[in-house]
Amino acid sequence: MIDFAIKDCALGMIATGRRAQTLRELRDNLRDIHPGCIYHHFWGTLLRPQVVDREYNNDFAMWCYSSLHDAAAAERLAVIDPADFSDLEELRQELIEVIDERLDETELMLFARADRQFHFARSVIVVFDTHKRLSEPRELVEALPQMSVGSIFYHFIDARRRDPMSVDDFQAWLVGLGPEYSELCDAVAQIDPYFESLFALRERLTEVFTQHFVPGAVASRRSQECAEPAAENVQVSEPRTASEDVIPEDVI
Amino acid sequence: MTTETRTTSLLDRYAEQAGLDAMEQLRQLAGLLTGLKVVHVNSTRRGGGVAEILEALVPLQQELGMDTSWEVIEGTEDFFSCTKSFHNALQGKRLDISRGLLCEYEEVNAANAERLRPVLEAADIVFIHDPQPAPLLTHCPDRRGKWIWRCHIDLSHPYRPVWKFVRRFLLGYDASVFSLDAFAQPMPHSVYLIPPSIDPLSEKNQPLEPEVVQRVLEEFGVDPERPLLLQVSRFDRFKDPLGVIQAYRLAKDFIPSLQLILAGGTAADDPEGETVLNDVREAAEGDPDIHVLSSGHYSDRTINALQTGADIVLQKSLREGFGLTVTEAMWKGKPVIGGNTGGIRLQLVNHRTGFLVDTPEGAAMRIRYLLTEPDRIAQIGQTAKELVRHNFLITRHLREYLTLMVALTHGNEDRIELG
Repeated sequence: MIDFAIKDCALGMIATGRRAQTLRELRDNLRDIHPGCIYHHFWGTLLRPQVVDREYNNDFAMWCYSSLHDAAAAERLAVIDPADFSDLEELRQELIEVIDERLDETELMLFARADRQFHFARSVIVVFDTHKRLSEPRELVEALPQMSVGSIFYHFIDARRRDPMSVDDFQAWLVGLGPEYSELCDAVAQIDPYFESLFALRERLTEVFTQHFVPGAVASRRSQECAEPAAENVQVSEPRTASEDVIPEDVI
Repeated sequence: MTTETRTTSLLDRYAEQAGLDAMEQLRQLAGLLTGLKVVHVNSTRRGGGVAEILEALVPLQQELGMDTSWEVIEGTEDFFSCTKSFHNALQGKRLDISRGLLCEYEEVNAANAERLRPVLEAADIVFIHDPQPAPLLTHCPDRRGKWIWRCHIDLSHPYRPVWKFVRRFLLGYDASVFSLDAFAQPMPHSVYLIPPSIDPLSEKNQPLEPEVVQRVLEEFGVDPERPLLLQVSRFDRFKDPLGVIQAYRLAKDFIPSLQLILAGGTAADDPEGETVLNDVREAAEGDPDIHVLSSGHYSDRTINALQTGADIVLQKSLREGFGLTVTEAMWKGKPVIGGNTGGIRLQLVNHRTGFLVDTPEGAAMRIRYLLTEPDRIAQIGQTAKELVRHNFLITRHLREYLTLMVALTHGNEDRIELG
């Protein structure tokens, strides 16, 4: 059986120097901007500092809403799900079409303030080896809640860019282990990678694996959570301190 | 043996704040850089955010196995007057600088290059911080390493004639680093975006006993039982200390017990500070509840005590490179009312970790709101502290510098696999 190597990652940001102040400029830049920028502005946002879930999931929609004050453009861009597209060029075409449609239907030429322009950036991804290895899928029940959000990003988001079939690392591992995990694989495939924070994705994954291997534990944990209101979510890279480096007993 | 013990100790202390995973990431990145000669160059050993960052960053890089040193250029009064004008002009003030001062800028750099050339030309990586030492590169023709210009200021709307003058010294660099995408200018090389950070182990950021805090407040004539506003900032017009006084006065009409401290330092390279400080003293005259503290009166530990003792911290900047005082206050669990500008926007999540304001009136409204809702003060403060822990500590900053160094020395690829 092949071990699952838990990796972690971080993104470094690289500016392109290209900016947009109107929707038309955004569209024009999108025509030939580095494909890494499209990836960064859709997916990279997941690893940035957040306190609460953002109103819109990608930077293009967020900018239209908060800087151009064009709510219609923001909503249409926000509904684009990058996971629906087989590659970034297809996603680029969809973005351009949605913006063209908006430009065709409005005579308004909205400008962002000079200090609220859209800045195109891309990322360099650094992948770290945590040196932790799992030999059986069941171990994910304990390992997932301990994973950093960087690990979740690497295995559940970045994996789709690495895998020719655009599959996350968890599914890829399970498929390789044989048909006995096909039901679990399907459950993982049901998790939407785009519309939630990495925090929430980690919880969903944990629930799916726990439900599969320890049915009943999820219901028990949910009832505990209802009894204790959660603190405000902070999107973080989730470091563990030496004293926290023990898996809490109540996970299972 | 001694070095190894010290390494473990320093990294362990950071692990207590930032986590074991963060330390492991640093070790893995540093593994590709072991033994590299890295030199940081700036214009002041003390005072200002750059020096504070380097005080923490350089020992950490050394502990991780790099041969890192920190050099400071020496300048004349005219040199610092010129670079202060650069600072203002590059942040948007229309300010023409005399030819004499520009010549002094170039001559001082040429003189410093004579002294620093052997170190700089032998280095594998050179970080030049801000415009002051930027021309050093042109005086090191036999350099063998990668040179990085680290810009800590907001270059989003520079006064063009001054930017044009400074930019020509930057064209030969291998990369630039800006704090935010909005601050960056197009360059003929890669431009990395790395927000600055605070050092949780520094005197300014370590937790203090309540008695220490109370003693410091009383030392400055502040009543610990009454609400206290604080702005810690250089006496600089872009920090709008007069706007803070106006906000305090508006709020005081409703909360008569309110007190305000304006604690401002002046860095060695900032000759304008004294003028602004005098304007602030004049505006505060006659109000015993406004305490204007200048740099001679306090240490980092004192600033820590003031931030810890304040109910609300303000950073009402009109322009801000990043605003490390915002991060410092958030780390102490304080809600911050900050100017809606620059890096403050990145740190303050409006209504969650503080409030963004555009006017003294806006600041006064938020002061009133928070002081009538003490539970919100505690809640916002707690969220703010966690945001800093995970995003704005020196360990994250170092990780991004190491990433940049690895990228530059290993082929500038979009993906770096370690371990």
